Amino acid sequence: MIRKRKKVEVASTDSAEGAIANKETEGLSQGQIVTSRFLRHRGAMISIMVLSALILIVFTALDKKLGPIRIPGWWKYNTLDQPDLRVEGCPQGILGCPTLHVVPGFLGGKNFGIGAHPFGQDDIGRDYFALVMQGAQRSILVMVVIGMVAGFIGTVVGAVSGFYRGWIDAVLMRFTDFIITIPVIIIGSVIGFHFGNLGILFLALYLGLFTWTGLSRLVRGEFLTLREREFVDAARVAGASNRRIIFKHILPNAVGVIIVSITLTMSGAILLETALSYLGFGVVAPDVSLGLLISQYQDSFTTRPWLFWYPGILIIIIALSVNFIGDGLRDAFDPRQRRQMTKKVRQQSTTLLNREAKSE
Amino acid sequence: MIAYIWRRLGILIIILFGSSFILYNLAAISGDPAEGLRGSTDPRAKQQLYALIRNLQLNVPPPARYFIWLKGILGGFTGHLDFGKTRDGHAVTLDLASAIPTTIRLIFMATVIAIILGITVGIVSALRQYSRFDYAMTFVAFLMFSLPIFWVAVLLKQYLAISFNNFLVNATISPGWILGSSLISGIFWAGVISGDRSKVWKIFGIAAVASATLSTILSLTKWFAHPGLGPIVLLALGIGVAFAVTLLSTGLQNKNALKASLAMPVFGLIFYYPVQKLFTSHPGFSLIGVMALVTITVAVATAIIFSKIDRGPIIRTTVITSVLVGFLALVDKLMRTWQPYMQTDAINNRPIPTSGQSNPLLGTDNFWFTSLDTLTHLFLPTIALTLISFAGYIRYSRGTLLDVLNQDYIRTARAKGLNERTVIMRHAFRNTLIPLTTIIVVDFAAIIGGAIITEHVFGWVGMGTLFNKAINGFDLNLLMGVFFITATLSVLANLVADLLYSALDPRIRVVSKS
Repeated sequence: MIRKRKKVEVASTDSAEGAIANKETEGLSQGQIVTSRFLRHRGAMISIMVLSALILIVFTALDKKLGPIRIPGWWKYNTLDQPDLRVEGCPQGILGCPTLHVVPGFLGGKNFGIGAHPFGQDDIGRDYFALVMQGAQRSILVMVVIGMVAGFIGTVVGAVSGFYRGWIDAVLMRFTDFIITIPVIIIGSVIGFHFGNLGILFLALYLGLFTWTGLSRLVRGEFLTLREREFVDAARVAGASNRRIIFKHILPNAVGVIIVSITLTMSGAILLETALSYLGFGVVAPDVSLGLLISQYQDSFTTRPWLFWYPGILIIIIALSVNFIGDGLRDAFDPRQRRQMTKKVRQQSTTLLNREAKSE
Repeated sequence: MIAYIWRRLGILIIILFGSSFILYNLAAISGDPAEGLRGSTDPRAKQQLYALIRNLQLNVPPPARYFIWLKGILGGFTGHLDFGKTRDGHAVTLDLASAIPTTIRLIFMATVIAIILGITVGIVSALRQYSRFDYAMTFVAFLMFSLPIFWVAVLLKQYLAISFNNFLVNATISPGWILGSSLISGIFWAGVISGDRSKVWKIFGIAAVASATLSTILSLTKWFAHPGLGPIVLLALGIGVAFAVTLLSTGLQNKNALKASLAMPVFGLIFYYPVQKLFTSHPGFSLIGVMALVTITVAVATAIIFSKIDRGPIIRTTVITSVLVGFLALVDKLMRTWQPYMQTDAINNRPIPTSGQSNPLLGTDNFWFTSLDTLTHLFLPTIALTLISFAGYIRYSRGTLLDVLNQDYIRTARAKGLNERTVIMRHAFRNTLIPLTTIIVVDFAAIIGGAIITEHVFGWVGMGTLFNKAINGFDLNLLMGVFFITATLSVLANLVADLLYSALDPRIRVVSKS
C-alpha cells in the first residue's frame, strides 16, 4: 500500500503572530475557539442568515398535512389551485407574467410589491410561487436526508477502518472502491427511473447510500493519523476501552472533518437531485422539485422566462450558502488557518508585545 | 513495484466483477424490456417478442444471464470482445465505438481549458492570499460550484449564442458595452497585479483605457464580421508571447533565452505568406502535424545556436514560444476562414449553433469549413463545462500552493537568495503540480461518463445519450456497455494516479507487502 512519510509539523514562521494567536485563545475551550472563529467568517454568517430565512419562508408558505391535522400556510395559493391567468400588464400575447416589482419609485418603477402572483403563473394558471416553494421544500428535504445518510455511513465506515486497520480496513476500503466504480449519476438514474414513484424520501435514502464514499475516505485518513497521537496512547495506558477511545478521544477531534465534508456532500446532493430530476430520473410529476420545474419549462424560456429563472436562482442560493457555510466551518476547525489580521490590529498587537517584552 | 501493480490489478478485476454483477441484476429486476410486447395480442408482436427473447437471452434468469454477458467481455482477451446486442438487435460494440470519440471531442477541450485557467487563477489568488482578488475568485468558485449545468446551458444558448449571432449582423459594439468591459478589465488587472494604492489606480487606468481603445477599434473596423490577425498583429502578439514565456520560464535576465524566443515570432513573420499558401493548397491534419514538427525542430535548432551553456531551459523556453506562435498562426487562418464560412448557405450568417454536434448541410470537402463548424458547435458546451469544472481547479491549486509555500524548502530557497520568480516557478509551482496531476488523471476518466447532462442539453450523441437511451428502453446490454467503459476507466485512472503520485513525489513509496 502507499505510505506517506510523516510530515514534519510546520512551525509557526512568525513567532510574534503565534504569540498573538495564543493570546487570543488563552483560557478558551476548543469549542469556544471554533465557534468564535466561525462567527467571524463573514461569508458563512451571511449564508447562515440567508439559508435560515429561506428555510423558514419555504417551509411555512404552503398548507401542510400531518395526518388528519391541516396546518395552514401563509401563502394564499396551493400547488393545486388554478386561478385565472393574468392578462393585464403583461406583454402582448403572454399570459401569467410575474407581478413582483422591486424597482423603487424615484427610478420610475412601482416600488416594492409582490402582487397576486409574484413569480407569475405556469401554463395552466397554477401559482408559480407556490410551485417553487413546494419544489424548494422537496430539494432541501432531499439534501438533508442525503447529508444525514451519507454522513452516518461515511463516518462509521471511515472510523472503523481507520481505527481497526488490518483486514477490516482492507475489506471496507475495497468495498468503498467498489461503490466508487459505479458513477453516482448512473446508479441514481437506474434507481430513480425504476423506483422514483416510491416517493421522494425513498429516492433520497437510496442516493445517500451511494454518496458517502469521499467522506469515508477523509474520515479514515483522519482516524489513521489521530490514533497514533500521544493522547490516544495515554488513554489506552490508562485502560480505556476501544469504544471509549473512539467516542471520547478521537471522534471529537475528527468532528471538524466530518461536519465539513457533510456540508459539501449536501451541496453536491442538491445539484445531484436537480440533475436527476432534470433527466427525468429523480422526482417525477405530479410531485414537484426545482430541477423538475426547470426541465418542464426550459423550452418556454424565450416567451416566459420567469418559469425558468426562479427555480434556478433558488437552487443557486441554497447550494451557494451551504458551500459558504462549509467553507466557514473548515476555516474554523482548521487550527493551521490563522485569521487574517488587518494591518492596524497587527501593528497594535506588535507594539503591545514589544511593550510586554520590554517590561519583562 | 511490479508485484504491487499486479496485486492492485487483481483487486480491480474483483471489484469490477462485483459491481457489474450487482448493477446487472439491479437493472435486470427493475424492468422488463419485453413488457410492452407481452401483453399484446397482435401475432406480429408475438414474433417480435420471440426475436427479442432470442437476442437478449431473456429466457435465462438474470444472475445466469450475467455470466453470458461476462463471457462476451472476457472474450476481449482472445480478440472477440462482445458487449452483447441492443434491443434493436445490433451490436453494442458498434454503438460504443461511435459514441466514445464524440464524448471525448466534447469533453477534451473543456477539460484542458478548465485545467489551464483554473490552475492559473488558483495560483495567482494563492500568491495574493486574502486580497480582494482572492476573495472575488473564492466567491466565483463557489458560485460555479452551485450552478446546475442545464440551467447555465439554457442561459448560454439565449444570451451567448442568439445574442452573439444578432450582434454579428452589425458587428458594432455599443458604448455601454465598451464602458462596462473596460471597467471590468481595469478592475481585473488591478486585482491581479496588486500593490499600493497609487499603483493600483495606475494599473486600473492603463488596463481600462487599453481595453476601451481595443474594443473601439474592433467595433469601428467591424472586426468581428471579418476577423483575422495579419502578419503585423501576429508579430506583435508573438513578441508579447516570447517575453511572457521567457519571463516565466527562465527570467528576462537570461538574454540567450530571450533572443532565441524572440526569433520565433520573426520566423513567423518571414514564413507568413508561404505558410498561408500551404494552408490553402494542402489543408488537413497531416499538414498541421508536419508544420508542428517543423516548428519544434526549428525552435530547438535556434535555441542550440543561441546558447552555449545551460541549453535545457533555453530549448524549453524557445519550444514553448514556438508552439504558441504556431498556434496563433493557426488561429489566424481559422479567423480568415470565418467570413466565407459565415456566408455559406448552410450557416447563413448565424454561426453559433445552440445544439447538435455538426451542421449536416455543410459539405465535408473544405477542411477549414468543417474545422470551424466543429469549433462553433463545441463553443457553447465547452463554455458550460469549463464554467462548471474550473472552480474545482481554482480551489485545489490555491490550497495546494498555499500548503507548499508553508514548507521549509521554500524558506530555504528564499534564504539562499533566489529571486521570487525562481522560488515560485521552480520550487513552489512544480511541487503544486504533483497532487494536481493525480486529480487531473482521475477527472479525465470520470468525465467520459460524466457529461450525461451536457450531452442531453446540447443534443450530442455520445456516451450520455446511449446511457439515457439504455435506461429509458430497459436496454440492459447497452447500459452495461456504458457502465463497463466508465467503471474500467475510473478504476484504472485511480491506479495510474497512485502510481504517478509515487513516481513524482519521492517522499511517497510503494510498499509491496500489505
